[in-house]
Amino acid sequence: MKEYLLLFVGAAIVNNFVLTRYLGLCIFFGVSKNFHASSSMGLAIISVITMSSMLTWVIEHFILIPLGVLFLKTIVFVVVIAVFVQLLEMVIKKFMPTLYNIWGIYLLLVATNCVILGVPLINSEAHFDFIKSTVNALGSGTGFAIALILFASLREKAQFSNIPKSLDGLGIAFILAGMLALAFQGFGGMIPL
Amino acid sequence: MNLWKEFTKGLLDENPIFRLALSLCPALAVTSNVYNALGMGFTVMFVITCNNMSVSIFRNVIHPKVRVPVYIISIATIVTVAMLVLEAFFPVLFKELGIYLSLVVVFAIILARAEVFAAKNKVIPSMIDGLGMGLGFVFAMAVIGGVRELIGNGSLLGYQILGSWYHPPLIAVLAPGGFIVIGFIIGVLNLIEKRKQQRLEQKGGQA
Repeated sequence: MKEYLLLFVGAAIVNNFVLTRYLGLCIFFGVSKNFHASSSMGLAIISVITMSSMLTWVIEHFILIPLGVLFLKTIVFVVVIAVFVQLLEMVIKKFMPTLYNIWGIYLLLVATNCVILGVPLINSEAHFDFIKSTVNALGSGTGFAIALILFASLREKAQFSNIPKSLDGLGIAFILAGMLALAFQGFGGMIPL
Repeated sequence: MNLWKEFTKGLLDENPIFRLALSLCPALAVTSNVYNALGMGFTVMFVITCNNMSVSIFRNVIHPKVRVPVYIISIATIVTVAMLVLEAFFPVLFKELGIYLSLVVVFAIILARAEVFAAKNKVIPSMIDGLGMGLGFVFAMAVIGGVRELIGNGSLLGYQILGSWYHPPLIAVLAPGGFIVIGFIIGVLNLIEKRKQQRLEQKGGQA
């Protein structure tokens, strides 16, 4: 149990996806302009990342490895995740319309994203078993959501401050992200992985 | 012809990283030194050009409803080829780039060029567009990599440039430094742009 807890905290905070591994930056900068959108996005990421890494684990261990075509991993994972997200969107639209209204669009945005593809690839490279992959995905997703929500709050504050003209917009967003990453760097070495 | 224009627009006006803010992940992850940055840059340039060509060749056959999955499969295939080549001939670089190499598949810029340009244009312009955008990407990667290596290590491409009096702040090659350096580069580019516009306005006023 302790092992899984360490893995979770490690993936969520110490090796935070955005701030120490730089994955999923397109979403990180794109959807962090307001707090509400970023929290919906965080939820979408957590659920899709966990489900798709479970799915890709099954496919890797029951299809790719027995057939000896592990070098096709990238192609297969991308297609599987894209199809899965599309299906999930249809199911939610049909059966849970209120939920769909809240984060339907974010689901599609997530479909081809570095984080969603990155976690299954990392799991496969580290040779995690099924439960470990799931815990790692859950932790990575949570870490992403935490970073996204923190960053969105920072950017909302930054809108009202006096920023040099040339840095306004994207420039200051990057510098803010740097400061946030600096704070997260403090967790480094807390859990040896 | 406008081919030259298609080629040069990717360098500054529509630079994938600085202007469009697409494909940022690699721009931060593998730019702690120039060598890795260039390796990643040229890989992306290869993928974007090949993919633009293949999408453009098949643009009339692909049904619009399934175009995005088709593009993704095409990109993933080209990336796999590039990965196998790199693994065979540049094993060190392959190790350094690691997982980011497979993630080239989901770089927004490649899909965006296929959708915006290659799906509507003939093969030759699409190829030129891919080359130009790819070169713009290489250029941005090299600039970021150069600044970070120079500040964080005092060297360029592995050669020591600054003398022993220089004590490099390690932060530039660590994660937070990457964000901050890109922030300032964007700021400087905005400043240059503004100067240019002011000069143009002054010229217009005199004439």
